[in-house]
Amino acid sequence: MEVRILLPEPFFTEVPVKITAHDVVHVARLARLHIPDKEIEAMTGQLNAILEYFETLQEINTTDIPPSTHAVALTNAFRDDRCSPSLAPEEALANAPETEQSYFKVPKIIET
Amino acid sequence: MGDNLAALTIHELHDLLVKRSISARDITESVLERIAAVEDRVHAYITVLADTARKQAAQADARIARGEATYLTGIPVALKDILCTKGIPTTCGSKMLANFVPPYDATVIEKLQQQGAVFIGKTSMDEFAMGSSNETSFFGPVHNPWDLSRVPGGSSGGSAAAVAADECIAALGTDTGGSIRQPAALCGVVGMKPTYGRVSRYGLIAFASSLDQIGPITKDVTDAALLLACISGHDDRDATSIDAPVPDYRSALIPHVRGMKIGIPTECFHEGLDPEIDAAVRMALEVLREQGAEIRDVSLPHTRYAVAVYYLIAPAEASSNLARYDGVAYGFRCDHPEDLQDMYERTRSEGFGSEVKRRIMLGTYALSAGYYDAYYKKASQVRTLIRRDFENAFAQCDLIITPTTPTPAFKLGEKLDDPLSMYLSDIFTIPANLAGLPGISLPCGFTASGLPIGLQIIGNVLQEETVLRCAYCYEQSTAWHTRKPLCV
Amino acid sequence: MMVMGYEPVIGLEVHAQLLTESKIFCSCSTQFGQPPNSQTCPVCLGMPGVLPVVNKRVVEYAIKTALATNCTIQRFNQFARKNYFYPDLPKGYQISQFELPIATGGFIEIDTESGTRKIGITRIHMEEDAGKLLHEINGGAAENSFVDYNRTGIPLLEIVSEPDIHTPEEAGEYLKALRAILQYLGVCDGNMEQGSFRCDANVSLRPSGERRFGTKVELKNMNSFRHVVRALTYEITRQRELLEYGDSVIQETRLWDENAGQTLPMRGKEESHDYRYFPDPDLVPLYIEDAWIEALRSQLPELPRQRRNRFIDQYGLPLYDADILVTSRQLADYFETAVRSCNQPKTVSNWILSEVLRFLTDPRDIVSFPVTPEHLAQMICLIHNGTISGKIAKKIFEEMRTTGALPSSIVERHGLVQVSDSSKLEKVIQEILDAHPSLVADFRAGKEKVFGFLVGQIMKATKGKANPRMVNDILREKLAG
Repeated sequence: MEVRILLPEPFFTEVPVKITAHDVVHVARLARLHIPDKEIEAMTGQLNAILEYFETLQEINTTDIPPSTHAVALTNAFRDDRCSPSLAPEEALANAPETEQSYFKVPKIIET
Repeated sequence: MGDNLAALTIHELHDLLVKRSISARDITESVLERIAAVEDRVHAYITVLADTARKQAAQADARIARGEATYLTGIPVALKDILCTKGIPTTCGSKMLANFVPPYDATVIEKLQQQGAVFIGKTSMDEFAMGSSNETSFFGPVHNPWDLSRVPGGSSGGSAAAVAADECIAALGTDTGGSIRQPAALCGVVGMKPTYGRVSRYGLIAFASSLDQIGPITKDVTDAALLLACISGHDDRDATSIDAPVPDYRSALIPHVRGMKIGIPTECFHEGLDPEIDAAVRMALEVLREQGAEIRDVSLPHTRYAVAVYYLIAPAEASSNLARYDGVAYGFRCDHPEDLQDMYERTRSEGFGSEVKRRIMLGTYALSAGYYDAYYKKASQVRTLIRRDFENAFAQCDLIITPTTPTPAFKLGEKLDDPLSMYLSDIFTIPANLAGLPGISLPCGFTASGLPIGLQIIGNVLQEETVLRCAYCYEQSTAWHTRKPLCV
Repeated sequence: MMVMGYEPVIGLEVHAQLLTESKIFCSCSTQFGQPPNSQTCPVCLGMPGVLPVVNKRVVEYAIKTALATNCTIQRFNQFARKNYFYPDLPKGYQISQFELPIATGGFIEIDTESGTRKIGITRIHMEEDAGKLLHEINGGAAENSFVDYNRTGIPLLEIVSEPDIHTPEEAGEYLKALRAILQYLGVCDGNMEQGSFRCDANVSLRPSGERRFGTKVELKNMNSFRHVVRALTYEITRQRELLEYGDSVIQETRLWDENAGQTLPMRGKEESHDYRYFPDPDLVPLYIEDAWIEALRSQLPELPRQRRNRFIDQYGLPLYDADILVTSRQLADYFETAVRSCNQPKTVSNWILSEVLRFLTDPRDIVSFPVTPEHLAQMICLIHNGTISGKIAKKIFEEMRTTGALPSSIVERHGLVQVSDSSKLEKVIQEILDAHPSLVADFRAGKEKVFGFLVGQIMKATKGKANPRMVNDILREKLAG
């Protein structure tokens, strides 16, 4: 990994660790991603380098600054309560990996 | 006439079409010939739509014969493969959607159809628009027509390369952090990101919803104005689209900038800026000054945090936008899942490439319990400060000019293992996305080794006309846009 | 229910499906019971690139509900994404509201043994429903589950109560009162069996006098008011026994099993939730103007409790009658329409409670009941002016119910008009007395009992049509004579 241009040397001893391998496994689980054991270290290192770069944000005082959740401030976009035709079930199911009798089919879900 | 029509612009071809000197079919055949000649070196397309294009060209000719031609009628346009096309595979550059055929058209696709445009193909892109080099595409990298060993930029690298190599007349791209302007700069063409909300996002496969915007990539500024006018406007299907009339952008193209105040952010001309780019942009400012513009310094103090803000907000939104790719209702599903969790994890791990996974990880982390305030919320607050910087700047000037990129096109593979350095190639383009502002990149020179350099012009919200007018004035005062790459 | 030593603390979360024509973020129909995946589109299937746009009526229904439950309407509110993976959720997130819900801080009133109580409403927010998962279709394929997205995107209001409820019965009363309000507003049909009105409960116990809450258990899968009361009763006992034995309650989700009559822990439901809520960038914030709120306020109907109290004051009805009459807006309307025509409120109420309701499983079905309120009123007028007797009225009502005919025409057709002509009655009575001289003698000798027998004979001779009061008077007069 080539992050030296932006980070102080030596990288692995001086950069404070923001995210641990354990965190990476937890986050991967939340995101339903499987990271093979051999890739966890590399992923941890890359994410740490990026998170370290993000630390500059902590310099800024943002007390009382409202967050921007949109690029342009708009409000109240509505549609009227009117129906229009749905897709035919065949169209809805056309891209599905697996179907049966007009249902999307998934591996058995165990409940109760 | 009939030779090398592919090299012409929309407005040039439109004039020839209405004079009946050429037919839409001639143009489409010329473009298909050009694709056949150079595509194996450029790899701009994921899908070439020869049959569709020929049918649409025939319809366009019938329309022209009826005297109903508009600017886009009969013009072969390339579409970034992130725009949903009904009945035509739309892959988003990913294995995940390699076989996805949408049952709907994006709003911009409908608008182009209404104008009688010809869809020549779906262009390559970084997977889910995540990249600045077009190397993360599942379908392989695109090569820069100016130097085939270099990247075309990304994520709309296929669209920019196709325009530069005359593999289409014009193209649509999408821009989340610079994905239209950066590849346009690296490929020596014109690329424009409109105001957020100017163009409907319906049918644009979301990367980061609060930043994504569709825009034109063209051979000159006039074409950018024509294509932008065609795709702009309010859409009931996009709650974030702005309900404001669409001006006649072409009539804004006046070749002078007398009295126009142009702000130069002092922060831009610092560390890491390539000296040749620095020089080219300063030269461009001189040209505009000669044309009557008033150049003044402005300060955008928080833009130095823009890359950090962007790489928190965009992955956070992406981690949620890409949760739908789970192998249930459409798209890729792994073989023989043992159970539901196995299906989710293997589908997503096998279906997404490494850059997409990295950003999903980053975004999931930024939104997760205990980190939301420190990362996502903090970034959203700094985004407000960046927007305020622009509000303050636009109180003093009409436009802001910067380089489009800190460096010219880099070598394929050069930054692939260094995500952070790749992220920094968007340093000048990202602020406009965060503030929702319109921005254009147009050629303003070449490096000694012949690589294009882009000039970025940013305007205030819905000030596309001012941006286009300044770009047009500069373009008419220079000849950079007439150069063609020689390696293809 | 009083639990010795421990106080149960109950909070309820209700999900009410709204009665809109189309879904919350797309224009697919919300109709119930359609073939699988026949009411979907790219938007509710969460296909790539599509965008949600809010159905305005959903916001209007939310505002009306907020007003009817005394909530504060948040002028500025926003949709948020709740991120989790499940096959009934096609986008991998549910569009809901989180930090900025549309309404907060309200209450509704319920009746308890100790009088009227206010149950607080913490918040009301809008969200989209998920699809439906089936674990078998046509009895087969046990290896798989199956997804129907017709329900995906049906608008929901989530109404969260404060933990102000202390007994299963109060919980039942709260749900009934809330459902009646939603039904009066016409925003939800309140059908628990079909799932258009769903309830989850949070239950904990704390030692009496303690202010801190105990460990709570979330209860799900209660499909009727009765289930809610039974499940809470069971769960409170279960928790109390655990605590009394010195064990602790585990924070978990439990499902009510109606057949087994117990709550059971939900199996295999993933690690602790981290929903990663954030504002939905595809939807713009809502800014709710005062004018909009006032326009909707002016459309609010009289709500069940107000109406009940008015029935008591205006018509002098007993609480019992008024309570039943206001259970549905349609039934209360029926009552008032009938009263307007005959001005006999208590008689109308008696007829509704004892006769009409026998034939209705759902009081809202009154709108299609063959006896219209005007017909019922006409019949009551006929009794009141002496045209028919109460006994005949029951026969007439039965015919009205089966044929839908006007009472006056039934009376006419069957000649059921009461005989109140005194000369006619005197003649009949005289004939009966002449036929039974010994009984007349018995009566005059003091045997009062034969009076009733003689009345019976007279009624029989007139086929029940004789005016009973006049028969009484004439007979006494003649016997005395």
